[in-house]
Amino acid sequence: MPVPIPDKGYEYFEHTADAKFRAYGMTLEEAFQNAAVAMLNVMIDTSNISNEVSEKIELTSEDLDGLAVDWLSELLYLFEVERVVFGKFKIDNITEHDGDYSLSAIAYGELLDLSQHKFDTEVKAVTYNELKVEETTDGWVVQVVVDT
Amino acid sequence: MIDETDTTDAFGLVKKIDGNTWELSDDYKPGMRVPGRIFVSENLMHGLDRKTLDQVANVATLPGIQKYSMAMPDAHLGYGFPIGGVAAFDKEEGVISPGGVGFDINCGVRLIRTNLREEDVRPRMKELMSKIFSEIPSGVGSKSRIRASDSELDDAFIYGSRWAVEAGYGVEGDIEHCEGSGHIEGADPAQVSDKARKRGKPQFGTLGSGNHFLEIQYVDKIYDHDIASTFGLEEGQVTIMIHCGSRGAGHQICTDHLRVLSQAVKKYGIDLPDKQLACAPAQSNEAQNYFKAMACGANYAWANRQVITHWTREVFEDFFRKDMDDLGMDLVYDVAHNVAKLEEHRIDGKKKEVYVHRKGATRAFPPGHHDVPSAYRAVGQPVLIPGSMGTASYVLHGTEAAMDISFGSACHGAGRVMSRSHAKHEFFGEDIMKSLEEQGITVKATHPSVIAEEAPGVYKSSSEVVDVVHNVGIAKKVARVLPIGVAKG
Repeated sequence: MPVPIPDKGYEYFEHTADAKFRAYGMTLEEAFQNAAVAMLNVMIDTSNISNEVSEKIELTSEDLDGLAVDWLSELLYLFEVERVVFGKFKIDNITEHDGDYSLSAIAYGELLDLSQHKFDTEVKAVTYNELKVEETTDGWVVQVVVDT
Repeated sequence: MIDETDTTDAFGLVKKIDGNTWELSDDYKPGMRVPGRIFVSENLMHGLDRKTLDQVANVATLPGIQKYSMAMPDAHLGYGFPIGGVAAFDKEEGVISPGGVGFDINCGVRLIRTNLREEDVRPRMKELMSKIFSEIPSGVGSKSRIRASDSELDDAFIYGSRWAVEAGYGVEGDIEHCEGSGHIEGADPAQVSDKARKRGKPQFGTLGSGNHFLEIQYVDKIYDHDIASTFGLEEGQVTIMIHCGSRGAGHQICTDHLRVLSQAVKKYGIDLPDKQLACAPAQSNEAQNYFKAMACGANYAWANRQVITHWTREVFEDFFRKDMDDLGMDLVYDVAHNVAKLEEHRIDGKKKEVYVHRKGATRAFPPGHHDVPSAYRAVGQPVLIPGSMGTASYVLHGTEAAMDISFGSACHGAGRVMSRSHAKHEFFGEDIMKSLEEQGITVKATHPSVIAEEAPGVYKSSSEVVDVVHNVGIAKKVARVLPIGVAKG
């Protein structure tokens, strides 16, 4: 995909019912981080979200596609159950061991406050539809369609 | 925003069977086991995205599919199945796929009647809608007043509507007036993860967001007086429509099992054109475990709509100073429009058990069917088709023709034509709200942008979609209802 990487590290695509985005990174970790920012920005403008709360996230999946879905799904789960609105992500590393892929990350954000946070579209879930995790000559690309 | 919409006119890719029926040949895409059947008018066909046809074709490649991969008149691009997709799979040789149900398991619609007249309610709509909006939690992150215990959650997963009614959120008659009496057999909470439980517990009686709504309406037109009267509907009468689903519980159940099934595909050597169609042979452990969990999600959704019904009745009782019996607030019917069910259908002249997947499609069973409540059995199941915000919704009745044509299914709504982000650029929530107010419709929403993304202009016309259903004969028009108040998440 010889596409110029946008400044913010991700871009949205037109989709009738759902939201589709492509996130880029020099490394796989960076592309996964940008995918998280892209997904959260479907729900809310993350530019003003502080770092007052953090959650450590560790995941293992059978393949990279599965890891991308698990990573983003975990953030939706924590948003709903721990009631944290995330805005920033630091993925320490994504490693491969015996064909399984593991991710270790910290997500930063603030506690949900319905009087403060103005939500746009709720992201219900992360789909496998048109899902791609690919290495390119410029780095990595993660493409995701989320159900809204 | 990058637009990749395929502007190829779908018209040239399909063969016309009759005015509203089109065939997508089984050589459209390699691996198709059956042709596609698309039920749309010529006008709607011109507007169909080619990718939606591709999704119809993708479904046709799944093992054990019967007759056709179908798309209802409100069809549009989804993930896995198209929205408006219907497919039936052989109970033994076929598959079960969460991609044919979606994340919002048993997203559905119910209609409640009242004895109130439009003219009694309209002058007080602002006040009434404020009460509804404050009593019924809606929007992203909203929480219920109910804190369900683990055993209550289990009961809701297993018994659906019945749990809610027995817990005091409704009356016995509500159960019978739901599709399948408000539950699916075979639900097993052991197949529901801790995560799904944690998401579901605080969300009983919440509307959610997106296209979900609670609407106060009035019956403005009757097409079939006899059947309308069987459903308890008459012109000028106020009705209430509730559209929502299984909330986080359903989303998590689908996420968890999709994960398992995406691995099962490799194990069973199933070749998929779209990973979201992950599935497993219907009788495998993986597929059956998903089905048991999906049934829990579906039952949760019926319990959810039942709790909302109860609180709505309380608001009305308090507001009009009458009890629900004096107000005549009976449940007309409740339909699921994202679900897979084991049903008996006649295929090639023989009765056969099949897993019917309806993704953005409504069951539409005929007169005489044992699954239609006794009060309606002579006329067929009420089929509820909501319009977009501010536009007409329709009540139809099921027909014998639907059993031959569409596995007893009809459409589920108007069908989106414009993305949410596009809608937000195109429309301003405040403008839409003002124009709806001018039409006499009171809108309450968490904030204006949720109104913009659901603006009437982002949907097909519900009347055009319903006319196709009526003309194909898979359900027949009974009544049209128009909104006077809308609460949105």
